[in-house]
Amino acid sequence: MMTLVLIELQKIFRKWRTYIGFIALFGMTLIVQLALYFTQEHFVQSATRSLSDQFTLQGNFFNGYVVAYLILNAMFIHIPFLIVLVGGDLFAGEATAGTYRMLLTRPVSRLSLVTSKYLAGFAYTFLFILFLLAISLGGSLIFFGSGELIVFKEKIIIYAPSDVMWRMVSAYAYASLSMMTVMAFSIFFSSLVSNAIGPIVTTMAVIIVFLILSAIPVEFLQNLRPYFFTSHLTQWDGFFADPVDYKDLVNSAAVLIGHIVVLYALTAFLFIRKDILS
Amino acid sequence: MNSDHVIEVRGLTKRFKNLTAVNNLDLNVFRGDVFGFLGPNGAGKSTTIRMLLSLIKPNAGSIKIFGMPLEKNRNEILRKVGAIVEKPDFYMYLSAYKNLEILGKLSGADASKNKIMEMLELVGLDKRYKSKVKTFSHGMKQRLGIAQALLHDPELIILDEPTTGLDPQGMKEIRDLILYLSKTKNKTIFLSSHILREVEIIATRMIIISKGTTQVEGTVDELLNVDKMSVSVEIDRIDDAVVEIKNSKWAEVYKTSVKNEMQFDMLKSDVAELNRYLNDKGFMVGSVVPVRSLEDFFLKITEGGQK
Repeated sequence: MMTLVLIELQKIFRKWRTYIGFIALFGMTLIVQLALYFTQEHFVQSATRSLSDQFTLQGNFFNGYVVAYLILNAMFIHIPFLIVLVGGDLFAGEATAGTYRMLLTRPVSRLSLVTSKYLAGFAYTFLFILFLLAISLGGSLIFFGSGELIVFKEKIIIYAPSDVMWRMVSAYAYASLSMMTVMAFSIFFSSLVSNAIGPIVTTMAVIIVFLILSAIPVEFLQNLRPYFFTSHLTQWDGFFADPVDYKDLVNSAAVLIGHIVVLYALTAFLFIRKDILS
Repeated sequence: MNSDHVIEVRGLTKRFKNLTAVNNLDLNVFRGDVFGFLGPNGAGKSTTIRMLLSLIKPNAGSIKIFGMPLEKNRNEILRKVGAIVEKPDFYMYLSAYKNLEILGKLSGADASKNKIMEMLELVGLDKRYKSKVKTFSHGMKQRLGIAQALLHDPELIILDEPTTGLDPQGMKEIRDLILYLSKTKNKTIFLSSHILREVEIIATRMIIISKGTTQVEGTVDELLNVDKMSVSVEIDRIDDAVVEIKNSKWAEVYKTSVKNEMQFDMLKSDVAELNRYLNDKGFMVGSVVPVRSLEDFFLKITEGGQK
């Protein structure tokens, strides 16, 4: 299995399209960092306006942690698109290129192939989020320095620098799981067709449709909302609550993992029975 | 089952909605055969090959390869099979070497540099091993296809129209390679083609299929080198000639007449005697054109398939 996964990773990382995501992510992060750098005074004033009337604020409220937190908030809409660029191509790319014929006439079971593509897709997703962590947190700490993290929720929470790093890493780890769910959708759709554009568009459409359904104030839909994967994609923010509601986080993670398992099983079931005509 | 069987197919059927691509097909390939699998375009050759390689699931019938049912022993069988299915497609963004390395590893083969370079040398691509496949011509891809099929030293090699799109020199090279693999390396070769001449040159046994069903099967000698042939005789006063023939011993082999031509199914050795008979009776024979019955038959189904 390890050989299969490594082969899939080689195929992913030797394609030009794989790096579009990394380049785009780097560019977007840099733009946000530069924008925040040039507007930091205005940002701090706006963010602390309601507090400064009643409290005396001391410390560095504009720092690498705050920037990394803001970047994760801002980017979470764009990252799925960059993820599905690769996921949508994992099966459909083989069909388009005609390489299924080479691949599936080898002594490798189709189930192993599906599993290796999922694992390679997840490894790519993990590396992608790790890259985001490196440039958003690492880069921001270098440019903006360390300090307290101020988080606006139902209440205003200020975390000491020593209390931030584990929350950041945990949030990014959860973000990996969220994006793996998006990756699983794109791989599933990719296994059904022979053109990568279809799965890319369809996965994004599914995300948008579920977000719209979540927002419609109808009781029936609101009852279903806890089971929509889109309701749990941004739960990484839960690591910045005080106290952290672990039960809620585990529940959200379970819903996402459940989606991944179902999508994987469906892909395997259909792909094993698929006639290769390309 | 005959222990020399490499492929044994019984009642193989594949339907796509309303189209029956392969219909109750039987075929036998024996160890050491260069087996020609002939048929016009759309006859069901590629569908059959895809079923032999488990790319497509049959609706009915059984496939045994090396004496084992394909469905239950897929991986074990494919470990000993090398194949090109239709045109060989590769990862275009990877080098020839990298493609072979990946496919070799998937086959569980020795994917060492020496082995890969040996294969590339065999097909004349060793000097281009670093080049990305997207820079290769069709002929080079075809040769790389052969290299990937041989990389894991398979016992059975399935080649689906391996000379399609090649120039005459390229076609000859591939034919020579097939003969080398068969005679020197003792490989069993299943060669699909729509060109009778190609199969005739290299195959030992063959089958012709049309519309998914077997038309003829046997050794190439049996099917092509028999004395019996179809002869077309161009002659003057055709009506008188037909009357004359029908009243002679040649009536048994006379088939039909079209315009100023009479057709006979006869032995090759009798052609000269028929010619003399017609001359003796005062008829002017313009030409005597022998057409081997199988060639005639194949041309007819090929034309039918292309219409």
